[in-house]
Parts: sequence; C-alpha cells; structure tokens
Amino acid sequence: MTFLISRSGLRLRSLIPFAVVAALSTSAFAANPMAGRYQAVLGDCQGCHGENLAGGRTLETPFGRILAPNITPDKETGIGNYSLQDFALAMRRGVAPGGRRLYPAMPYPYYAHMSDHNISMLWDYLQTVKPVNNKVEVNQLRFPFNIRMLMRGWNKLFFNPAPFADRKKSNEWNRGAYLVNGPAHCGACHSPKNFFGADKGQLTGASLQGWFAPDLTSDNNAGLGSWTADEIVEYLRSGRNAHSIASGPMAEAIENSTSHMQRSDLVAIAAYLKALPPSRGNGGGATGMEAQMKAGALAYDISCAACHGRDGKGSALFPPLAGNASIRQARADTVVRMVLAGGQAAATKYAPTGPGMPSFGWRLSDEKVASILTYIRNNWGNQAPAISPETVKRIRSELHSGS
Amino acid sequence: MPKKDAVIIGLGWTGAILAQQLTAAGLNVVAIERGPWRDTSTDFNIAYVQDELRYGIRKDLFLQPSVEAMTMRNNAGQTALPMRDYGSFLPGNGVGGAGVHWNGTTWRFWESDFQIKSHLTQRYGAAKIKGLQLQDWGPSWSEIEPSFDAFEYLCGVSGKAGNIKGQIQPGGNPFESPRSREYPTPPMQMPYASTLFAEKTKELGFHPFPMPSSNLSQAYVNTLGVRMGQCTFCGFCERFACGNYSKASAQTTILPVLMKKPNFEARTECEVLKVNLTPDGRHARSVTYLDAQGVECEQPGEIVLICAYGLMNVRLMLLSKIGTQYDPATATGTVGRNYCYQTSAGARLMFEGKHFNPFIGAGSMGMTIADFQGDAFDHSKLDFVGGASINCSVTNGRPISNRPTMPGSPRWGKGWKQATVDGYNNSMGFGSQGSSYPVRENYLDLDPTYTDRHGRPLLRITFDFPDNDIAMSNHQSDQLEKMTKPFNAKFAAVSRLKKGWNSVPYQSTHNTGGAIMGNDPKTSAVNKYLQSWDVPNVFVVGASAFAHNAGMNPTGTVGALAFWAGEAITGKYIKSPGALVHA
Repeated sequence: MTFLISRSGLRLRSLIPFAVVAALSTSAFAANPMAGRYQAVLGDCQGCHGENLAGGRTLETPFGRILAPNITPDKETGIGNYSLQDFALAMRRGVAPGGRRLYPAMPYPYYAHMSDHNISMLWDYLQTVKPVNNKVEVNQLRFPFNIRMLMRGWNKLFFNPAPFADRKKSNEWNRGAYLVNGPAHCGACHSPKNFFGADKGQLTGASLQGWFAPDLTSDNNAGLGSWTADEIVEYLRSGRNAHSIASGPMAEAIENSTSHMQRSDLVAIAAYLKALPPSRGNGGGATGMEAQMKAGALAYDISCAACHGRDGKGSALFPPLAGNASIRQARADTVVRMVLAGGQAAATKYAPTGPGMPSFGWRLSDEKVASILTYIRNNWGNQAPAISPETVKRIRSELHSGS
Repeated sequence: MPKKDAVIIGLGWTGAILAQQLTAAGLNVVAIERGPWRDTSTDFNIAYVQDELRYGIRKDLFLQPSVEAMTMRNNAGQTALPMRDYGSFLPGNGVGGAGVHWNGTTWRFWESDFQIKSHLTQRYGAAKIKGLQLQDWGPSWSEIEPSFDAFEYLCGVSGKAGNIKGQIQPGGNPFESPRSREYPTPPMQMPYASTLFAEKTKELGFHPFPMPSSNLSQAYVNTLGVRMGQCTFCGFCERFACGNYSKASAQTTILPVLMKKPNFEARTECEVLKVNLTPDGRHARSVTYLDAQGVECEQPGEIVLICAYGLMNVRLMLLSKIGTQYDPATATGTVGRNYCYQTSAGARLMFEGKHFNPFIGAGSMGMTIADFQGDAFDHSKLDFVGGASINCSVTNGRPISNRPTMPGSPRWGKGWKQATVDGYNNSMGFGSQGSSYPVRENYLDLDPTYTDRHGRPLLRITFDFPDNDIAMSNHQSDQLEKMTKPFNAKFAAVSRLKKGWNSVPYQSTHNTGGAIMGNDPKTSAVNKYLQSWDVPNVFVVGASAFAHNAGMNPTGTVGALAFWAGEAITGKYIKSPGALVHA
C-alpha cells in the first residue's frame, strides 16, 4: 500500500495502476443517474451532506468540530471541478485534489470497498444534482488535529481497505458484509473508536454526538441476539419493529438511507449482523441497588407507565422497554438523553407516524432519572448496569451546553 | 409568489383533511395558518400537558381576543359589545385548530337532519315549522354516508353501531341512520356513573349505548397508516391537547403523512386578511396574508379553500365580499344566515358513600340515550320540533374546576374543604345537548363599530334562544327530572334554559351556520358541495355550512363535510373547473 503514504496527491494519482483510472476514464457504463442514486442511498450521502447535498452539517468529534462539505457540482464551492478520478480518490483513499487529506469523518475507510462500477454510477448521479453555491468551512478541528497532513500517519496506521470477501460464506452474507463495512458504513457510528478515532471492536456499540449507537452483534442482552433477521429487516425498512423504534441519528439513517434500500440488501445486512460473534455484553445487572430500583418503580408508574405500560410492553404505537436492547446498552447516553430531552422516532412510508418521546428533563431530578432507568434496565428480564445520578448530571450538562 | 393549485386558509381538521385529499390527487397545496405550529411530543408534552391552570383556566391553547374578538347582542334592538374574553365558546388557535382541544365525541347527524325541512313537513305539515328557517342541506344520505365512514376510519372512532345497512344492532343506537359498517374500534370501557346511568335508563325503557369516541379504546392504525395509542383515561381532553396520541386530531391522524409530501407546504403564524377576487367578483385570484414578521404577502391560487373555524369562515367571506350579507329584515342575502348554537340543560345528583372516581375520565367516555334526539320521538302533540341527546359522560375530576359540594355547604374554610372531599366521589351528572334551529333574527354580520388589530371590522353575533328551542329544552329538562328519580340520590337538581343567551359562562363551542349549504342560491351561501354559489373557485368548509344544528357535537359532521367537499373537488371540480351545481 505504498500509494497511501506517497507525498502528494499528484504523485499518488500517477502511481495508481488500479482499474479506477482505466475503467473509469473509458467508462463502459452509460450514465444511469437512478442506479447512481441508489449508491447515494446505500452510502447515506444526505445524512451528512444534507438533503440538497450542499453540506454544512456539523459533526462533533472528540477532536473538535468538522462540517460536511458541499458535494453538489458547483464549481466554486462544490465538487464541480473534480474529475471522476478525483472523486474516486476522495471516496476511497481520502485524498482530495491537490493532495489535501480528508478526515475519516468522511467514511472513506468504508467507501474504499466500493467497486469502480459503483463509484462511477454514484459520480454519474452527482453530476445530475442541482449545483448549489454554498461555501462550507469544513475544518474546524482543534490544533493539532486541524493539520490535515496528520492524516497521512493515521492512514498508515489504521486505513486498511483490504477486501473481506469470504468464499466459504453465502452470497447473502458477502453482500451484507460489503454493505455494512462498505457503503452503509455502519461501523462509523456503531464501532467503538480507539484513541485516534479509528475503529476497534466490530459493531459492539459506541458513544458519539451525545448518543450511544448500540451493539449490533448477536449478544443476547446488549446486541441483536433476540431479534430475528426479519425483525432487523423490518426495523431498517420502517424504523420500528416489535422490540424498538428508531430515534436520534438512527432515525435519520433509516429515513434517508435504509428505508430506501432494496429488500434483498436489507435481508443481506440482517444475515451478516445475525452472524456477527457476540460482544462481551454490557457489563451485567444492577445488584445491590434495591433502594434505587424501588424508587424507580414508583417513578416509572407515575411518569412512564401510561404509554410504555406497567408491564413494559409498550403498545402498537409506543416501543416496549421489556426486551428492548437499546435500553440495555453498556453506556447510558441514549436512554438518559431520551428521558431528559425526548426524541423523535423515525417516520417512513411504511411507518409514517414518527411518535415523539416528550422531554421530562424539567420535571425529573437526576436521582429520579437514574432510578427510573436503573429500574427499566433491570426489570421484565432486562439486565444492564445501574445508572448513577452523577451520570445523569453529566449528560444533562452536556445537553445544556448543546453538544 | 408562484401560483399554487390550492390555497387553504386554516390548518385544522377541515384544512388538513382537504390538504391530504388534494395532495393525494397531485395538486400543489399551501395551507396558511394564523396560529403556531403544534406537534404532540413537543407542544403537548405528556410531562406537563395536564396543567389545569395553564390550559383549563388560562386557556393557553385558545384564540385570544387580542388576536380576534367578536361582538355580541341578543337582538337587533341592542348595541353589540365586544367579548373581552372568550367564555361561552372557545375557538381554537394554531395547527390542528379546535380539533386539538375537543372532547372527541364523534356523532353523525341523521338522514332526517340533511332533509330536515322535507322530513318535518311530510310528517307534521308545513305549519309545524312556521317561524323556523329550516331548510334541506342538499346531499342525500347515500351520498354523504361514505364521507362519515371516511372520517370515522381516519379517527379510529370507538363505538358500537346501532344500524348497519338497515339492520338494528343490539347495544348500539337504534335511532341512528344506517351506516355501512361497524365502528373501527370497540366502545371505551365505561366508568361507574355512566354504567349506572345506562342501567337506570334501560329500566325506564330507553336505549342506552356508548357515546362514539375519538379517545380510542385501543391502539389503532388509521387509513393513512398513522398509528394512534390507547386512551389512558387521564381526564384532560376538553381544553387540553392529548399527549398520548389517543385523541384524534390533525396531529394524530393526518399531519405525519401530509407534512412529508413534496407538494404540500404549511405556513404558520400567517394571518389571512382577505381573499382577493377578480374585478367582476366572480373569481378568487389570491389570498392576502401577513406573515410572522408582519409583512403583507399575496399568494395566488387556482382554488381557495376557506377552512378556518366556522365563525371566521363567515367573517372572511364578508371581508372578501364573497356572496351577499344576510339581512334579517327581509330574510334575503346568504352570508350570515342561519347562525345556530346549542341548547343544553343538565342534571346533577349527589350521593353518600359512592366512589365515582371522576379522575378516571375521558372527553367522550360515556353512555347516551337518543330516545329524545332529533325526530326520534313524536312531536305531533308537542309545541316544538327538535331534540337532544341525553349523555352521561365522565370527562374529568380536575382539581380546580371540579369541586362539587352539596347545596347548603359552607363556601369557605374547613367546612367547605370537608364538603369538597365528600362531594368529589359522590357526585355525578348527565345532561341534554339539544338542537338549535334557525330563526330569521339570529344571524352574523360585520360589526359597525369595533375592529381588530388590523382595522378590519369584527364579526357581530346576534343571537338568542328561539322559543322553539326553549320549549324543546324544557321538555328535555322534564325528561331529566324523571330520569333522576330511580337513582334515589340524596340530592338531585335539573337546570332549565331561559331566554337571554349570555356570552360569559362556558356553554358550548358548537357554533354553526352563517355560510350554509343548500340547494337554492337565494337561501344558501354554498351549494351542496360547499362551493360558493357566487365565486365558484372558493369552497367554504366547516360547521359554517350547517343549515341548522342538531343535538349532537358537530365534529363528526364537520369531518364528513370536509371529505365530501374534497371528493367533489378531486372527483369533479379539477376535471372541469366551474360551478358544480347550476341553480
């Protein structure tokens, strides 16, 4: 992989022997914006670059703030001056024209798995998008992370675009593996990150932007072990199933991306996720917390049971808490946030309601929130670590400071 | 501004239903709403929506008179004065309109209501209704019935059918007009007071049945795929918004689908000033409104749908010179004609040692008898026409407004406190909600003196209860008296309606008429499709179209008329724009 650490993009480009240049420059494929649009759906371009792809959306990272750039064909502020080769390099190697390094907030380590054909189709589609003049100050990271050249070292250490195809596995699994680790870039949110922001531990759940993207492994308690493949498909397609309703960033991913995916692709993703080895779980239950559990039971009956039921089973509209894996994650970010600030469920054409969880932050103290959550995380068969009032306090202050 | 296919004024029940139908037919639609955007989880937050002081007493969700007031008088000999606070009725405000804070009672007016003049004339002779301005509405029952069905299946109404295609159903209302199928969800569970009422009235030979309720007895997926929750009997319906997604409203039944449509746009905090007509006054060109910043904007449209609260519909027509003002002296002109209200009386009973638990409440949780409704009973030996539903519903046990005490109890201090403790669980009531029939002298027009903040004249209401309705209501009070007897209550009292409508104490928000539908352009403002006779690209939808008011809550019929008008627009008008009925 010598090309990854070459000194300039120019040189890098000239070194690439691979099919991109050859195949793309004499594109054998007639432009088909609709096929390309599907690539944009798989990659959820809108999720960061916005509905009109003109950018501006902020990603909060541990290293500071980064804004998604304008990827419309506007010549001044977008990618109107890119060639197909430039685009392919940015998508798969994280290098923009002129050798400028992209940050992996742009999930090029995932897109690296996309084929020439798919990149080419996506490019064709992006040519048809309406150009929007919108200048975005992308790099608002803190020093020293704002030095783009640092990414060369990062890439050397962590960027591994090796294919993962496994001929022993079914075509379905292979397609699922490609989608999850490729264009759909599930791990960008769901895989924990190391000190340098690179993935470690495949899809075992991670905190970001004030949410906890849950464990997607087959662990029975924290992961998707209790979901059938069909239920995973239903969730990704509609935003809800018998166990849960999507909200927060996942609601957006479903609305913009997975609800528009072909069913066969959702089935492939489900097959791949179901075959993931279980994680190490969420760290067990809340033993010795009887007082907190008792206080939580009373507060739950008063504030929560009307919708979620005293049996925690929810209803056709409201999600169950019993058996809901998102309640049982190792970290409390999502559940605390939902109680304090509320949230809006995904709304898709298959499940258009998009009910909202109201905010209880003004009414419930840190202690009450902690006891309610400890109670629901350890009742009706759920098992997860207790939540302390200090954790609630921290998350409350993070919410207040707008992160 | 670019022209839209349809401009809708008001995004309440009727505006939302019509926007849904018109966008489904492919039209580009904008709804212009005076009040704010309102959404269940953020604006009707279950964590504070049961704030009785804020919503019940200080009327947070309602139209404020500083935005639009009205003037009132009892007869043309008086000078009307402006209402400084809404009292007798409470118009809604904002997205969802009055559909946000209604009780959820979802009646269908009867076949005999739509053909009221023909029906009463045929049964009793023309002399019986002399002095009343009763007139047929236009649509036949078989025409309008599918629209009731559509509204009920949109809302998920909980009830028990009494007449399916002519077959009387046990447990339902045997007097209702035939419906094509059962209600979408079963009746609500009944509280003790309503159960007792049903037992006693059944023993008296009447036919109690569950009130049709849009507070749902179970979770429901509606005809647009929108999900609703089960009512939790929290007792905060009327004056409040539902935080549980269990009371049907534009928010809980339509907006999740509508707001996602690329061919729909809602502009909130935009107050429509008038509809602009072409110089010949025969065609609406556009709508002028003030946006949230107070900037005057003009939105052109092919069709204009006036979908505000009924009284505001009438005022907008008058301000825009759509149709001619009704004149009570000559009974000519159509806009402002046949303004009606509701004619009610009540019975209160106090017991000892009961546990009515009124905190288990819902807006439309109750039992009804329709034996004295409409023309269900013989009027030939009576000196009136019309009737009332007699309802025993347990809507709430809210702490500020619901503190019944035994007559003669102390009015303050320890004795009063004890009396409220004793009274809370020992009190129940039932009441008649009666028809209001039009007379020549009850009408709406523009006030000659008072104006709103934009300098436009206020609406003036000239209304008093007609003799016919007083007689009807007192007959209902007689029935209520008889019904209280078998309860053996420690105390029972029945109210009797008198002349002199007072706009201060709350009575009912069921204001109807003023832009009524009908078959004759001389006596109706809109035709049977709710299309203006005078300006055919204007439709005026709401209770303003009721040619009279029956003894029932109006929303079911308002919703049905919205569906009915929408069908006419998408099925007939857009294929061949112009008058749908030639007089």
